Amino acid sequence: MAEILDILVSAAFWTAVLRIASPYILGTLGELVCERAGVLNLGIEGIMVLGAMTGWMTVYQGGGLWVGVLAACTAGALLGLLHALLTVPLGLSQHVAGIGVTLLGSSLSYFTYRLVLPQASTPPTIEPFQPLPLPGLLAQTPLTYLAVALVGLVAYVLYRTPLGLAVRTVGENPAAVEAQGLSVTGLRIGAVVAGSALMGLAGAFLTLSAFNAFFFNMINGRGWICIALVVFASWRPGKALLGAVLFAAFDAFQLRLQQVAGGALPYQLFLMLPYLLSIAALVLMSRRAAYPRALMIPYRKGER
Amino acid sequence: MRLEARPHVPLALSLLAPAGAVAAALLLCALLVAWSGASVPRAYALMAEGALGSRFALTETLTRATPLILTGLAAAVAFRAKLWNIGAEGQLYMGALVAVVLGGGLFDLPSWLLLPLVLIAGAAAGGATLLGPAVLKVRFGVDEVVTTLLLNFIVLLFVSMLLEGALKDPMGMGWPQSAPVIEAAELPKLVERTRLHAGLLLALGLAALLWFVDTRTVWGYENRAVGANPRAAQFAGMPVTRIMLRTALVSGGLAGLAGAAEVTGLKGYLTLDLSPGFGYSGIVVAMLAQLHPIGVVGAAVFIAAVFVGADAMSRATAVPNYIADVLVALSLLCMMVAGLLARYRLRRG
Repeated sequence: MAEILDILVSAAFWTAVLRIASPYILGTLGELVCERAGVLNLGIEGIMVLGAMTGWMTVYQGGGLWVGVLAACTAGALLGLLHALLTVPLGLSQHVAGIGVTLLGSSLSYFTYRLVLPQASTPPTIEPFQPLPLPGLLAQTPLTYLAVALVGLVAYVLYRTPLGLAVRTVGENPAAVEAQGLSVTGLRIGAVVAGSALMGLAGAFLTLSAFNAFFFNMINGRGWICIALVVFASWRPGKALLGAVLFAAFDAFQLRLQQVAGGALPYQLFLMLPYLLSIAALVLMSRRAAYPRALMIPYRKGER
Repeated sequence: MRLEARPHVPLALSLLAPAGAVAAALLLCALLVAWSGASVPRAYALMAEGALGSRFALTETLTRATPLILTGLAAAVAFRAKLWNIGAEGQLYMGALVAVVLGGGLFDLPSWLLLPLVLIAGAAAGGATLLGPAVLKVRFGVDEVVTTLLLNFIVLLFVSMLLEGALKDPMGMGWPQSAPVIEAAELPKLVERTRLHAGLLLALGLAALLWFVDTRTVWGYENRAVGANPRAAQFAGMPVTRIMLRTALVSGGLAGLAGAAEVTGLKGYLTLDLSPGFGYSGIVVAMLAQLHPIGVVGAAVFIAAVFVGADAMSRATAVPNYIADVLVALSLLCMMVAGLLARYRLRRG
């Protein structure tokens, strides 16, 4: 018991929590922006892989860290554009298109990595972002501060600007947006592209901040977990931050518990917990889930 | 410009659509091949030769197609009823797991009894794995896409735990692999000195059976009705919940059988690399086939040829064999657009 308390009050623990939470914060925000506009983006997993690879590869080829960040966002936005074109103007199944984008994003990343580094048995490394201590706060890397700031920015845009109102309405009642003379197609494509750029950034966090190399399977379902977190957060940015931090706290806690209770239980049981937790969160929230009403419903002008 | 639904899709168009999609995907991949510095015609020729160029290559392709037919059918059956089962990968491993447990010498039965038992139990395990998400969907409205995806990771960790624990082969030199199944639980080989096994016949038989059920029975009619419009099906007095759960059992069962057949027909034991993503490729197979059971067979052979051919190509050129995964992903995306063009026509104004 005392050991558990020791873990929970240590500064190192909470530093780790914010670090683990960062990709979830960014990915969940990105998915939230897409879904608020009425488009489910199952491409998130592949977009994160591509963001992780592109960001890392840019830096490895001699680009600066922030150039890598920009490249990852651009790569994410481009895959997002593909998803948006398939699902918004063409109105194709958002489920299947998303799976297709995920398959494309991850296979393109692995292909490119292998093409550039054919013989790399131990992954080459780069010099990643260093922690930047701010007075009165736990020392984090710049991308974590950026992630938290983006929560505020997304919340501000969604709830305090005409653009945000239009994006939220297009996910609830696209016909009303159309009646105001705004373009449903344009708003949805824009939201998916912007959200996907955030997902690319989420992936780049792993290779430019949390680790210093790109591994195969490094995203490992984080994208899918973000989709569960969006439901948990009831499609609200503030709650998304809370959800991601809670989730990361749980994850950091099980990592430390694994060290304390090491050997008594198979490590795979601990690794299963995040996935089980996500499913549990989905079941718990499902009764109260207030989906954007037009989520997954393609909009065709003049069609009811 | 706008889209106008065709009242009837001519058969020629529904055959042309996948052909066109594949051609478009091959063209797009040619850019990547050229980027790798290889000659595009030579690379594609090597690929075709590696997949279809000899008797051995053909049997390798058909061996690879066997699990893809089954996971393709699993996706087709589920998608028909709008049950988004993305968890075939996990269901496949559960089927394989049960197959090595039951076929590993637990029962000393003659082959004609043991083999069906092992295969049916494997299918049951796959079906049970999908039943959970399906119940959560119909009971609580939990989106099955995310739950089935997350279950894939849980199942793989569960299998990994058993392979390093209770099921670890003491003769396995420390590798995380199970003990092999006994001879009575092995599927017979179809062609001498190749890896082609009777699982292919099983998969082909099931594709034919599903086509029959789909077009000639009440079950198939109900499935399609629920997929087309669940509320209308409900009004027509169909037990929508029961049909959903039944579909989940069949879909998960087919994926579980894919795992059981891989273990009893090909590998003999279970490792964590039993499936190079057969569950996910099955989705592509089903979409290329436009969810048609017989089309699934053709699409599965094509995807298998891509994977087998790409391995051969990457041995002879500088093109990484991940080109196969890119080609498969692009085929899926192109197929979606091609399917749209087959179902609708473009109209001005």
